[in-house]
Order: sequence, then structure tokens, then C-alpha cells
Amino acid sequence: MHLYNLTVQTPTAITHAVVGNFSGARQQELVLSRGTRLELARLDPQTGKLSTVIASDVFGSIRSLAAFRLTGGSKDYAIVGSDSGRIVIFEYDPQTSSFVKIHQETYGKSGSRRIVSGQYLATDPKGRAVMISAMEKTKLVYILNRDAAARLTISSPLEAHKANAIIHHVVGLDVGFENPTFAALEVDYTESDQDTTGEAFSNAQKMLTYYELDLGLNHVVRKWSEPTDPRANLLVQVPGGQAASSDRYDGPSGVLVCCEDHIVYRNMDAPQHRVPIPRRNYPFQDDERGLIITAAVMHKMKGAFFFLLQSEEGDLYKVTIEHEEQEVKALKIKYFDTVPVASSLCIMKSGFLFVAAEFGNHHLYQFLKLGDEDEEREHSSTDYPSFGMADPNVPLPRALFRPHVLENLALVDELESLNPIIDCKVLNLLPNAGTPQTFAACGRGSRSTFRTLRYGLEADEAINVDLRGIPTSVWTTKLKEDDQFDAYIVLSFIYGTLVLSVGETITDAEDSGFLTTSPTIAVQQIGVDGLLQVHPHGIRHILPDKRVNEWQAPPEKMIVNATTNKRQVVVALNSGELVYFELDLEGQLNEYQDRRAMGSTILSLSVAEVPEGRQRTPYLAVGCEDQTVRIISLDPENTLEVISLQALTAPPSSVCIAEILDASLNRAQPTTFVNIGLQNGVLLRTVLDPLNGQLTDTRSRFLGTRPVKLIRVVLHGNPAVLALSSRTWLNYTYQNMMHFIPLIYENLESAWTFSAELVPNGFIGVSRSVLRIFHITKLGSKLKQDVIPLDNTPRKFVAHPANGYFYLIESDHRAYSASAAEQELERLRATGKEFDKEILDLPQREFGRPKAPAGIWSSCIRIIDPVEGRTVRVVELDNNEAAFSIAAVPFAARDNVLHLVVGTAQDTFLSPRSCTSGFLRTYKFVEDGRGLELLHKTEVDDVPLAILGFQGRLAAGVGKSLRLYDIGKKKLLRKVENKNFPSTIVTLNTQGSRLLVGDMQESIHFAVYKPPENRLIIFADDTQPRWITTTTMLDYNTVVAGDRFGNIFVNRLDPKVSDQIDDDPVGAGIMHEKGILMGAPHKTSLLAHFHVGDIITSLHKLSMVTGAREVIVYTGLHGTIGVLVPFISKEDVDFISTLEQHMRTEQLSLVGRDHLAWRGYYVPVKAVVDGDLCEMFSRLLPHRQSVIAGELDRTVGEVLKKLEQLRVMAIGF
Amino acid sequence: MSRKQRQTRPLTMSSELRYTANTQLEHLHARYTGTGHADLTKYEWLTHQHRDTLSSIVGHPPLTSYLAIADGEAVGRVKFEMTERMLQPCGPPPKKDD
Repeated sequence: MHLYNLTVQTPTAITHAVVGNFSGARQQELVLSRGTRLELARLDPQTGKLSTVIASDVFGSIRSLAAFRLTGGSKDYAIVGSDSGRIVIFEYDPQTSSFVKIHQETYGKSGSRRIVSGQYLATDPKGRAVMISAMEKTKLVYILNRDAAARLTISSPLEAHKANAIIHHVVGLDVGFENPTFAALEVDYTESDQDTTGEAFSNAQKMLTYYELDLGLNHVVRKWSEPTDPRANLLVQVPGGQAASSDRYDGPSGVLVCCEDHIVYRNMDAPQHRVPIPRRNYPFQDDERGLIITAAVMHKMKGAFFFLLQSEEGDLYKVTIEHEEQEVKALKIKYFDTVPVASSLCIMKSGFLFVAAEFGNHHLYQFLKLGDEDEEREHSSTDYPSFGMADPNVPLPRALFRPHVLENLALVDELESLNPIIDCKVLNLLPNAGTPQTFAACGRGSRSTFRTLRYGLEADEAINVDLRGIPTSVWTTKLKEDDQFDAYIVLSFIYGTLVLSVGETITDAEDSGFLTTSPTIAVQQIGVDGLLQVHPHGIRHILPDKRVNEWQAPPEKMIVNATTNKRQVVVALNSGELVYFELDLEGQLNEYQDRRAMGSTILSLSVAEVPEGRQRTPYLAVGCEDQTVRIISLDPENTLEVISLQALTAPPSSVCIAEILDASLNRAQPTTFVNIGLQNGVLLRTVLDPLNGQLTDTRSRFLGTRPVKLIRVVLHGNPAVLALSSRTWLNYTYQNMMHFIPLIYENLESAWTFSAELVPNGFIGVSRSVLRIFHITKLGSKLKQDVIPLDNTPRKFVAHPANGYFYLIESDHRAYSASAAEQELERLRATGKEFDKEILDLPQREFGRPKAPAGIWSSCIRIIDPVEGRTVRVVELDNNEAAFSIAAVPFAARDNVLHLVVGTAQDTFLSPRSCTSGFLRTYKFVEDGRGLELLHKTEVDDVPLAILGFQGRLAAGVGKSLRLYDIGKKKLLRKVENKNFPSTIVTLNTQGSRLLVGDMQESIHFAVYKPPENRLIIFADDTQPRWITTTTMLDYNTVVAGDRFGNIFVNRLDPKVSDQIDDDPVGAGIMHEKGILMGAPHKTSLLAHFHVGDIITSLHKLSMVTGAREVIVYTGLHGTIGVLVPFISKEDVDFISTLEQHMRTEQLSLVGRDHLAWRGYYVPVKAVVDGDLCEMFSRLLPHRQSVIAGELDRTVGEVLKKLEQLRVMAIGF
Repeated sequence: MSRKQRQTRPLTMSSELRYTANTQLEHLHARYTGTGHADLTKYEWLTHQHRDTLSSIVGHPPLTSYLAIADGEAVGRVKFEMTERMLQPCGPPPKKDD
């Protein structure tokens, strides 16, 4: 087995975001780290939309990201710390629109290690130095400078190590132009490692340490070290230094130390200021719990600055410092607004706040005000004795606030994010969708969602009108060449033509000059201000003064086909003759003296648009019934001569010449493509050589079951091709690369570009008798998402095989369920205390719920109708039970009627895992599956993490034991048990009498059930420990699984062993076999292994395209969706693996990670080719492309074709 | 403190090491925290393992997300608690018997 990995949806989580002027222009951009990808996003301040400019796979794990600017520079550089053991400085090059690596310095081993730097990055605000730090001990300082040619230089590293110290955070201090200084939060463990009494541990001090880089001596000294709050977790830079123009200080310098419940201002030789972090005044919550700041951003404005700090609940606090020169007078904090909990916050100068959410959609807000004049209470350090530091060990009295709906911020844009995908199913449930849809349970806590994903471009419908007749074709046309908007819509019916005029409304046009008594074949705005209509009996050239020049078709002959552009018209007669017209300089349409007979019925014609500044386009494509497409010259020297010919497998229903930019073929100018749609639904795309008219590089794909109709359109000012079959496809350029994506929209019979004041970049289409006007806004996103909100974190779901509903379990740790919250309120009412009720009425979706102590759960079972996209019913679990597993089980003892079994546990603690009791709840489906009726609850001794229907019974993995249950009247009845699993059972799969059991730490075990003796026997396991997250059987002996470290692997059992086990009737033989390596008597062998870099949460085996081979679809926690495609031939394997080898040597990783090492992070990569790397071939420079293609004995076109073919065969686009 | 340890040459078991093996080993242990030695106690080994694991969890964003989802906590909180736990992941050291 050999697999080809393709990522369909790259991770959508944002782990870091930094803002800066990366392109060097005035505009600010964001560099986003998506875990294993880097992206540059730009904000359009007019529309307030964020759009991705470029994205690049780094083949490594990004751990930190920072931006800096050299003194006096206007361009920001980005530094990235990763698991490559290298520090990389890169910039964005707007010319080539790519990230360019400037420096890459190796300092240590690769991998996320304890003492290898990369975890924290801190830059000097003046851009003179950067500190890169590990979790423990290691801190390296690099000096940044520029050389004589104003290029950025980097020094060799200076060490600022401190042995035996755990580092919590580092930050660059703002010291103006004094020596660059960094602050670190460190804890020394030397003493607590020695002290057996534990006293040293409880007295361990967290030190705030300043490291000064002495630029004169070129070394780093520890300048100052003072203990701070032992629960400090984050440092924030405070502005300092003198302004260049005046002697005024920008700020007091120093740091804000964010601790649990407090914020402390610290600086060397300066008094401390401390304020409490206000917390929500919930009537009940876990009062033991402190509140920490998890994200922070500082913003400098003219002469002022402020901080926005975000707590772990999502509340933003505005922190300000009152200072006189360098002396701090007061530290103030007040509640600002509530946004999703962020992994990074970025404030842009144009007045926007970007919130890169740790889970769920990312948000972009606009500042409405800065909270200066509201009634929110401000807490100042001057309110407390000695600025809150009277006794640093005693917490300040708690400050409270009530969160409010957004007052200071307004949401302007959302970036959709699947992160985290917790469970997923790929099924074809929606009517007439063609390809399977992905149903993903996403999100965390009260912001969770259930999303239906469809691959394709989303079309937004503007208008639809029923015409009461069925048009065959539709066109739009302007009146003059330089008109911005269309004036007429022309609809052709079988016996006539309807002309509508477009203005503020769409009305019947009178006096348009068009012939309405006959059908229309083509419509064109021709010359400067003429209109042209081709109908079966002639051509009408309508002049602006409504005079009509008419060309009559020869007697007994009819026009069957036509193609037009601004200056040329070609018509085909039913006799198989071509007639060619060209506009002369006076604007007269002249017929070329000869007609040319093609010797076959002409089915389709196409000419390209006239190139800028030219008289004509030299080539005409003609599709004939004899299954050929001919390229015919329109050049005056050899007019109507056949230049080249392409044989086809079916008659061409449509041809279309379009010039579209595709950087993989030619990055300088658009390539001329001849698209040929066949009657069998196949589309061929060939490249027309502009010099000699030859057709090369033919690629084909299957579009649908109907004959293909091709229409050249304009999409956001660029040429594109619409292909209509049983689905509608769009072929367009996005970020310089060509894409061919299905539209998620009604099937269309005919379509055209449409441009009007209200719909400037639209399309018009006809589906049966309905006229539809629509537009496509998001060209970048190939996934259309429909969202159903959920209340708690989804865990797992199952599909009912008959009624198509989904049954989803949700459970949230540290959350009060509705009934528990009510009980708490009852208790409070009983005590008679007054409390704020309104806070509980705030929408939970935005604000979350009060945090409960560990061991309190909120959980429910939700029935979802995926077709309607709504929740049908929610069944809440009581008694602090939380659901962990779900299965639809047909019990043989109940005539194979499906029952829903939900595995729950009461009072569950996670670490170490414990519960007062586990339960298997058995439900009967009522009301056709719209409701559930609890039959009974069966007590079990541990958390049932995996359950499955097995041969008319229930197989349950409860802790270390696997059991089979049968249904009884009062309970499920335990029939057989095997307690010999190493840690905890997390997944179950079955085929026949075989059960595949995934263990939490010890990989997959093969077990068999032998009914005669009623035995469950483990007969095979794995040689490697694997922390299984999900498994799927590929066949009876083969299993694919994902583990917690981001690997996918395939294990196979020897078929001989398999037969031997199946032939043993009672399993006595297996029972007495000797175990190997303290495990089962047989071992599976590893077939394939691949590191994805995202934790795999689900695996499916299915075919993504109708009629295509089956592939493995996987989803990752951070929002990755990918496929593993099996190769069919040995040649393909050799070819693609060799290509991969060559691509590896190109060193494309922006973080400097070795590709082979990354894909073999934990176990060497085996039998999997990384398609994401191979597809980067199309982005290489042309000469590198040809070198690699030469090594492979192919042309560049052949390599690209092979790559595209692999993609299209696997996922359809 | 910054002038020490500028040595970048890889250490091989060459003849010179035979005479300086002890000092070199000590040097290695000082340089590469977490490296084991013959007299390592179970407690020390376990503490190293835990610290390595905890820092690896903090260093892999998907793993912190995974734990945060399971526990109903913010990612920032998970990172913080993991880093805090690195101080003494396996409780106080056992009392010496002698």
C-alpha cells in the first residue's frame, strides 16, 4: 500500500497573530500562524473585510511569532520560532507576493524540547535585538542591525542562560535607545528538587529578571532580579524612552506582570502598583478559582497608550497607567467588553481589533470608543494602601463587574474556523448534492457549533424571477464599449426572443432593435457603440441610432451556431459552412469573400476576446460532429485555413477559448486555454500555443452527467469560464493560481455575466423557467458552511441509518447544567442573600457560563436534522452525568430494533480519571426518531468511553475491560468480559466476529468473540505504544488510526494469522498460545505512517467523487481536513516519490524544518507521499521546475498534469 | 555568564576524552539538562520525564488545545498550569535512607 496525502482544508486555527507594515506600504497587515502554516492577511478598511493575501505551508510547528522594525525603517520583518531548532527572519515581498526568508540561524536540535529555544520570542521595541527562549534555561539573544547596503544583519547568538530555571514568559522592555533589555519570568527548581520536606517547593519564588544586552561589550548581563507574585503568568511591555522630538518620556517603561487575580506594575528601582482583575459578579461560581490574563495587547497612540488584557473568560480589560515622566502615579483597570477568548489580540492603527480566537471563528472588531466616558467602575492602585502593595502576599479585595453586550467594539467581520473539529461524519444526505457532505461537530463550550460543509464556491442569490416560459439561452449586453453596467438582458426561447432592459428595475424593453419574433443564437456589443444579434436567418447589426444593417443567411440555409467578440463574428450554417465577418475601421461588418465547408456538422464555435490594441484574434476553435475540434486561422494571410486538429472521444457540445492567468504555466501573462465540453459530461482543457496555433497539454475532468456548456464570463474584472453540466463549475484565477471549483447553487441551463449597479460583479442564469441573478464573493473559501449552534462541547455523534437524523452528545467540564444552575439559585434564595439576576440572563453563547469547580458537568443529547439544518430536540442529562460515548445498536433480543445507547459517567474527574459511577443509558427511538424514551440505566464501574453495536448486542469499553451486553427488561445484561487491556479502551470497530479495540496508550488490539465458549480473546496487538484517538477498519485485516501526536498510521494483520484465528471454532488454540513481548501472541505490522501535525479526530473510508476509488478522509483538531489516496500503479508511486524527493531538496519550509524529519516526527514516514509538498511544484520558479521535470524525464506540463489528475481523481476538484 | 560555553565542536569518544571524560561528562550534564547518568534515581528520572512531557505539551499547540477542550479550560490556563507543574511534577523528593 502506498498513499498520497492531500490537504483539502488547511488548519483554520490561529495560534499566533502579529500586526505590522509587512509590505512596507502605509497599510497594516497581519501575519497569522495557523500552527503549520503562515498567512498574510490584509484588511480592507472600507469594507472591513479581512482577506488572505498569501498562505504558505511551513512543514513545521510554529511556536512563536514576533514582528520588529529596524530603527528608522518603514517595513516590518517577522521572526518565527518553531520546532526546527532555528530562528528565521522573513519578510513579505509585495512584488512576487511571497514570504522571503532573510536569515535562518541554527541554534539547536529540532523538535519541541525543554531546553531548545523557540517557545518564547521577545523583540526590542527599537528593533535592535531579539531574545528567543526555551521552556527551561536557554535564552539566546541575537543582535539585529543593517549593513552598508541597508540589508538586515543578524549576529551570532549571545547566551543568557540560567540553569534549572523554568521560564514562564519573556518580553522586550521599552527602554528607548538605552541598551536593549528583556524581562523574563523564571522559577528556579534547584532547591525544591533537593528539599525532601517540600518546604522549598512551597517557598519557591517566581523571579522577574531583567537581562541587559550591552551593545558596547557585546554580551548579556543579568541586571536585576526580584521575586514577584508566585502565580504570575504573563508579562506585558510598558512604553518607555524619550520621544525623539521632545524630552518627554513616552511612558514609565517596565512591565505589567499579570498574575492570578492581580495586575502588578514593576520596574527596576520603582515602586510597585497593584490592582485586582475584576471578576464577573455571578451569584454562584467556583470562588476558589483565580482569574488569569491569557492574552494582552498594548497600543500606542499619539502621546498616550493603553493596554487591553483579556481574561480566560473572554472579558477585555482596559488598563491605563498615569505617569509623570518616568514615575508611575496610578495603575487603573476597568472592564471594557467581552469577545471570544483569544490566542492573540492585534490592534490596527485604522481602529480595528483582531481577535484570533483559540476556538471557533476569528473576529474582527472596530473600535467605536475607548471606554473613556462610560459608567463602568475603574479600579486604581491609588485606591489601596501603598498602591495595593501593602502586603503583597495578601490578595486585594475582589472587584466585581457585570459584563455587558458590546459597547466599545462593533463586530465587522468573522473568519470562519472549524477549530476544533471534535467529531465528523462524511455522508451524502442532502438532496441533489452529488458529492458527500462533511458534517463536523466543532467548537468548545457555549460557542460550539455543528457545521455542514460542502465543497464548492458559495453563490449568493440577489434576485430570482419566474418567467413562465423556458428560455434556452440568456445574454446581457451593454450599449457602448465603455459602459460600466449592462443595459439589456436578452432571453431566447424556442420561438422568439425577449429583451428586458436593466435600470433601477428590470422591465420589458421597447424599441431595442432586436428581432423578437425569432430565437437568438448570439448577442454582442460590437465596435464602439453597436449591438449585434445573430438569429437563425441572419445577423442584425444595430447602430446607435437604431438603424439596422442586416445580413441574410443564404436561401435554404440557416445559421446554427455563432461566436462573437468585439470585432469579429463567425457563424456556422447548417450546411457545415463557416462564414466570417470582421468589423472594418468605419464600424461596418464585412463578410470575408470565401466560405469554408468543414465537411461535418458544426456543433460549436469559439473565438477569444480581441487582445488589447489589436484588430482581431487570430484563432477560431470549431467543434464538429465527427468528434474533432479544429483550430482555424482568422489571420488575413491564411484566413479560414485549418491549423491544427484535436481528436475527441465524444462529440463536442461546446468549445470556449479563454485567456486566464495560471502562474504554474506562465506567471507573466495569461495563457490561452481551449476548453472543450463533450456531450458525455467530460471537459477537456488544452493550451493553445499563441505562435503556431497548436494544441498542447490536454487535461480532462468529469463535470457531470449532462452535455457540457461553456460560457466565457468576467469575474471581478478577470476572465473566467462557467461550465454547466449536471453541476455548475467555475474556472478562475485566485492568487495567481487557476482553480476549477463547483458552485453550490441551482443547476443552470444557461448563464452570462451580469453587471448592474446593485449587482456589479454578478452572473445571470436560467434554471428551467426561473431567471436567477447571483454573485460570488468569497473566492478563497472552497467550503460552504451551514451552522447549527450547540450549547456544550460536542463529543461524538452517530447517524440513524433510516431516518437520517444525527444523535449528538455534548458535555462540558466545569460548567453548571441548567438544572444544577437552578439548584444553586434555589440554595441562594433560601439563604436570602441578594444577588444580581440580570447577569444570568446574558446570552450564554457570547458570555459563556459561570465556571464550576472540577467534577461538575453539563451534558445533553441533541437530535439534529441535517437536511433542514436544525435541532430537533435536546435531552438534558441530570445528576451531574456527562455523556462520553454513543451508539445506535440493533438488539437481536428485540428483533433487531435500533436502540440508542449512551455511555455516561457521574461526578467525573479527569485527572486522575474517576467517577462515582458510569452508566449505559438505553433509549428507545420514539416519534420516528424525533424523540428518545429512556428504557433503563445500567451501572458500570468506570467511564464507558467506547460503545458499539456488535452482532445484535452491545460491545462496551469500560476502563480496561471490554464487555458484551445484551438487552434486558430492567438493565443491560453483561454476557462476557475481557479485562486484559493495558490502559483504557477508547475506540471500537468491528467486522464479523472480530473487534478492533483502540487502547488509549497501547495502540490497537485485535480481539475475537467465540460464541460457542462465550469468550472474548485478544489475539493480536501492535509492537509500538500508540496514543489512539480514532480508528477505522480499511478491510478485515487492516486498520487506519490516528494518534494524539498528530500521526496517521495503517496496521495490518497477517492474513494467515487471520485465517487461523477464524478457523479455530472455540478459540482454545489462541488462548493457549504464548504471548510475545508481554502482549498478544500475534503482532500487526506497520504499513504506512505519516505525521500530519494536527491531532486526528476522525477517519473515514469512502469515495469523495461518484464512481471514483475510495480514499481515507481525516479531520484534525485544528480544523484540518485531508485525504489519503491509495496509488493504483507502481509507476505512479515511483514518479511521485521521486518528485517528492526533489521537492524536499528545494528547502521550501519557511521555518527551516527538514521536510522528511517533520513528516517522520515520531516514527519515520512510511509509504506516504506528501501531496502538499508535491503541489508546491507549481509555485516553483520556472527554471527550477524544468530542472526537476528534466530529472524525472518529463516536461513541466506533464508533471503538473499528473499532480492535477491525482487531485481530481481523489477529491473531484 | 555569557562568555562560557562557546564550544561548538561535537564531542567524540576520542583518545583525549579518556583523560578528561569526567569533566567532559559533567560539562555535558550541565549543558544538556535532562541527560541521564549511571547514578540517576527513580525520582530524578521521573521528574525529568515529566518536565520533558509538560514542556512538550506546551510546545505543541494541538496538544494544548486537546487538553483545554477535555478540561473545559482556556488554552492559556492549560499552558500556565502545565508550566507551573514543571517546578515539581512528582512531589517532593524521597527521603534518603542513610
